Amino acid sequence: MPDLNVQTSGFPWLSVIVFLPLLGAVLLFFVRETSSRWIALIISLADFALTLPLWSRFDPSTARMQFHEHVPWITSPSINYSLGVDGISFPLVLLTTFLIPLCVLASWRSIKTRINEFMAVLLVMECAMLGVFVALDFVLFYVFWEIMLIPMYLIIGVWGGPNRLYAAVKFFLYTLVGSVLLFIAILVLFFQGGHTFDILRLTQVDFDPVVQHWIFWAFFIAFAVKVPMFPFHTWLPDAHVEAPTAGSVVLASVLLKMGAYGFIRFMLPMLPEATATFTPMMVALSLVAILYGAYMALAQADLKKLIAYSSVSHMGFVTLGIFALNTQGIEGAIMQMVNHGITTGALFLCVGALYERTHSRMIADNAGLAGPMPRFATLLVIFALSSLGLPGTNSFVGEFLILIGTFLWSKAVAVIASLGIILAAVYLLRMVQHVAYGVPTEESAGHLTDLNAREMATFAPLVVLVFWIGLFPNPLLTLMHTSVDQVIAQAAPRSPVLTHQQSPTSHRVFSTVSRKPREKRDTQNRPVAPLALVPQTPNDE
Amino acid sequence: MYDLLVILIPVFPLLAVLINGLAGHRYSHHVAYRLACGSVGLSFLCSVAVFATTLRTGITREVVAYTWIFGGDLVVNLAFLIDPLTCVMLLVVTGVGLLIHLYSIGYMHGEEGFTRFFTYMNLFMVSMLLLVMGNNYLVLFIGWEGVGLCSYLLIGYYYDRVSAAKAATKAFVMNRIGDAGFLLAIFLVFVNFGTLDYTEVFARAGELSTATATAIALCLLIGAVGKSAQVPLYTWLPDAMEGPTPVSALIHAATMVTAGVYMIVRNHAIFDMAPVAMTTVAWVGGITALFAATIGLVQNDIKRVLAYSTVSQLGYMFLACGIGAYTAAIFHLMTHAFFKALLFLAAGSVIHALSGEQDIRKMGGLKARIPMTHALFLVGTLAIAGIFPLAGFWSKDEIMAHAFTHGHYALYAMAVLGALLTSFYMFRLTYLTFYGQSRVEPHVAGHIHESPGIMIKPLLVLAVLSVIGGFPGVPPEEGWFHHFLDPVTVGVLSGAAHQGATHPIVLLMVVATVIALAGWGLAHFLYSARPEAASQWAARAPAAYRTLFNKYYIDEAYDAAFVEPAKRVGRIWDWFDRTVIDGLVRGVGGMTQGGSALSTWMEKYIIYGSINVLGYANHLTARSWRRLQTGMVHHYAAIIVAGLFILLHLILLW
Repeated sequence: MPDLNVQTSGFPWLSVIVFLPLLGAVLLFFVRETSSRWIALIISLADFALTLPLWSRFDPSTARMQFHEHVPWITSPSINYSLGVDGISFPLVLLTTFLIPLCVLASWRSIKTRINEFMAVLLVMECAMLGVFVALDFVLFYVFWEIMLIPMYLIIGVWGGPNRLYAAVKFFLYTLVGSVLLFIAILVLFFQGGHTFDILRLTQVDFDPVVQHWIFWAFFIAFAVKVPMFPFHTWLPDAHVEAPTAGSVVLASVLLKMGAYGFIRFMLPMLPEATATFTPMMVALSLVAILYGAYMALAQADLKKLIAYSSVSHMGFVTLGIFALNTQGIEGAIMQMVNHGITTGALFLCVGALYERTHSRMIADNAGLAGPMPRFATLLVIFALSSLGLPGTNSFVGEFLILIGTFLWSKAVAVIASLGIILAAVYLLRMVQHVAYGVPTEESAGHLTDLNAREMATFAPLVVLVFWIGLFPNPLLTLMHTSVDQVIAQAAPRSPVLTHQQSPTSHRVFSTVSRKPREKRDTQNRPVAPLALVPQTPNDE
Repeated sequence: MYDLLVILIPVFPLLAVLINGLAGHRYSHHVAYRLACGSVGLSFLCSVAVFATTLRTGITREVVAYTWIFGGDLVVNLAFLIDPLTCVMLLVVTGVGLLIHLYSIGYMHGEEGFTRFFTYMNLFMVSMLLLVMGNNYLVLFIGWEGVGLCSYLLIGYYYDRVSAAKAATKAFVMNRIGDAGFLLAIFLVFVNFGTLDYTEVFARAGELSTATATAIALCLLIGAVGKSAQVPLYTWLPDAMEGPTPVSALIHAATMVTAGVYMIVRNHAIFDMAPVAMTTVAWVGGITALFAATIGLVQNDIKRVLAYSTVSQLGYMFLACGIGAYTAAIFHLMTHAFFKALLFLAAGSVIHALSGEQDIRKMGGLKARIPMTHALFLVGTLAIAGIFPLAGFWSKDEIMAHAFTHGHYALYAMAVLGALLTSFYMFRLTYLTFYGQSRVEPHVAGHIHESPGIMIKPLLVLAVLSVIGGFPGVPPEEGWFHHFLDPVTVGVLSGAAHQGATHPIVLLMVVATVIALAGWGLAHFLYSARPEAASQWAARAPAAYRTLFNKYYIDEAYDAAFVEPAKRVGRIWDWFDRTVIDGLVRGVGGMTQGGSALSTWMEKYIIYGSINVLGYANHLTARSWRRLQTGMVHHYAAIIVAGLFILLHLILLW
């Protein structure tokens, strides 16, 4: 089809970025244990370095897929090796390549056995995660999606804590159930959508609303497990508690974003009518996640569990923003995906650094650290404040956009969601109060050492990002504008079939915010017009 | 050039934060405090220049630094608005801030974490400056939460004290409740105006329906109540006294806690549209003014008495806002910043002299030992009590007079009663601290000393300001101060404020003076003339005394009503999560396991079983036949012979 919504580039940037870590992983099997850390670090840094020129070449004025690569893979049925990024996936690619070197650094001393294998698995993980974000063919996507499970399973199951096998199996089974449903949904899309696995082409198909409903449920479970949305979240605390630090970081920072990415990339554009029908349910589940996660975090005695449940709460904000279905909501959600990656990743690194010293993750065992470990305490405070969305830090921008998007959708929902930001202050400051303030326990008082240079090097980029995104979020937001607008256009119901199921007010969901209230009412009363499907020229925006 | 000057105001302390924060451990304290105080000094000079320009030209200016957030049609700039209101706030914040910074050099001398203290203080200055300078709600909000953060960090400055950590968390969380309300107000503004810039919002505020205006105003009020420690979110402020005394003076008296007042005055265009919200503001203020004053009557911690007095005085400012006397609110904000900073710092000087003692039951008779501090404290007391012609007299009297002349008699009565109590508890504090017999503990008594010059000199400046600070606002409602602020504060309601109702005003001044003197006299009677009378009075109404002493048990009530239930909900949900939800998961897992066990059983006993039956039958047959194959030649031979016989037998006989 000539009108594929893509832009190509001469050099196969994406293939190189995706498969360089895999190459590194292979290489790691041939080197000595002592040099494996350095090789993993160099490879992952190189991968990050490769994504940076992409940023300058990325054209934010178009919603098209950029750096597109297309090689036929299997002819019948037509499956292609097809890659590309747009303003939705690119920030997540950046996040992924940015975090893996930090994970390598965090595992420098804490991983003591099978170092080669650990680093290799970490790099395979990176390859699979990047593949998920850039794949434009559903089969290719599914391959990466499934590959992703195995390294994570191994990271938890081999290098994890005492109860690692239970956690690993739970994680694997949970996500596998989702994967199976996802695969069925992909097949249905293939047969209903004109025998193609091409993701871009499938977003242009008008699926029958009844079919959409079935696919919705499959997508919903597959992605909701990953997010994780209430009530599919109980694998998360177990996995986090048992995983080694780097595993927790990857899990929280990138893996959880897969579900939200799936919602934005597949559910909204492909299933607009079903999305419209189920939006209230999704919003309700997001609200439950926000409050439930926050209250759960309040009750935890284990630092990792506390942060795990705070993730549930924060990801609730992300899904809330997505299903507000307006520019602010979705841009806020993508921002928050990146922010949560940075901040929660950093908090897990903090707990990791602490565990290496005190060998306990219990809040009760780690008190009064501001005295013996001032650098650590400062960092903990900074990341806790970022996590609770203090203005000037990264999370505020995301949360603010999400809440404003939500507020445009429903005032009551926004009011309930803002309870979440109060509770976030309660559980995070309670943690800080116990860990940083007070006097150290008897056992730990003598031998606690503050963060060393390597650890500071791990944290420094994160601190910079916390403030940089907080104060200058526009470089990131600019990447998203056109892509997000396209998703919103695609997510507007195309067929009027199901409109009778919606309450009259739900039209406003799809109206973009207008400057004056009077104009907005006009938009609301406008009959739902079938929106231009694609191709969209860059000039449309 | 002018724009640069404006931008530099918050940039100077920001630079000091960065340098002291990142490299402060590399150099001595002397460099750190010079940097910290110098940056605030430069900010103050810039503020003066900006003020002078505004005074000369009368022009309101907006200065855009850069575009901060841009999403959809939401565009937020990091930009500043310079108008008379901002100028007043700038002078108060940087001026009082500079004095307190200088004082801190002496007060914090020798403390561990000296550089950290100044880093936090400078960060506070940055946030507070953003708060008062922002030209839109979101910049205000950065400052708003930023000052909350610094308050949190500075309350918890002595990090090894558990009580300090608890107070810090309490302060932040209570502020967050207010902040959530403020956020909702911001959303409402955006939905209704499509922008967050003050200029456009206030210009079009008249378009709002009364209901919408009321909703926005009440949400803003929630934010203001949290930040300015009004009823019902005031309990964090007395606990905030866990922080070092300069912090209490700067953040918890002179500047941060007045942010709510500033915000309401800034938004008066919206409040003017919402009479219900105005009434609410007035009553919140009135109730707080009286309520906090009653608690202040019986407290024994010198800083806590001052804290309750701050809450009470902030109540007066809210009351003024609620009755449309915006200029009076800002006027009182300014004079209060002078005399309350003076009182706190003088109290700090007392505490410093007594090696950290804060309990007034263990003071007394200090007048002779630290005469300078005594004189300064007395000036502050006279000012806050409203003794003519000190600063507090003019500003407080203007609020009360405005209430009376505009027919808010109930509020007027509350304000007058509050003024009586204020005068009483402030003189009680003065008498118990500086007069009578010394109750100082012997081991402390030997070390009592007057504070060093670096602490006393800033106090002298504040004392002068407390005396003359009221004169810009004289005559009431017609003073220079009022005309300067007119461009900002004159609105629908307050527009009618400037009418000469002089006769009752003079009379009201007399009433206010009599009230203040009455409070003084009562305190003199109870704590100086007949020291035993106080405890007799307390013994006569033990229940009332206990209630006041325990602050109406509000902390306990909040604990029981909010904190404990929240913890309980957390625990219940935790249980729910582990047993029910995870139970369901394990149930599904168990069912799968059970299913697989069942199929294993089926496999084992039915499928394999049937095969096994066949096989066993085979086996049995085979076993019986096996006997034939013994491998011994003679057996085979015998069988062959037997077979032959049988065959022969059959052939022959058939």
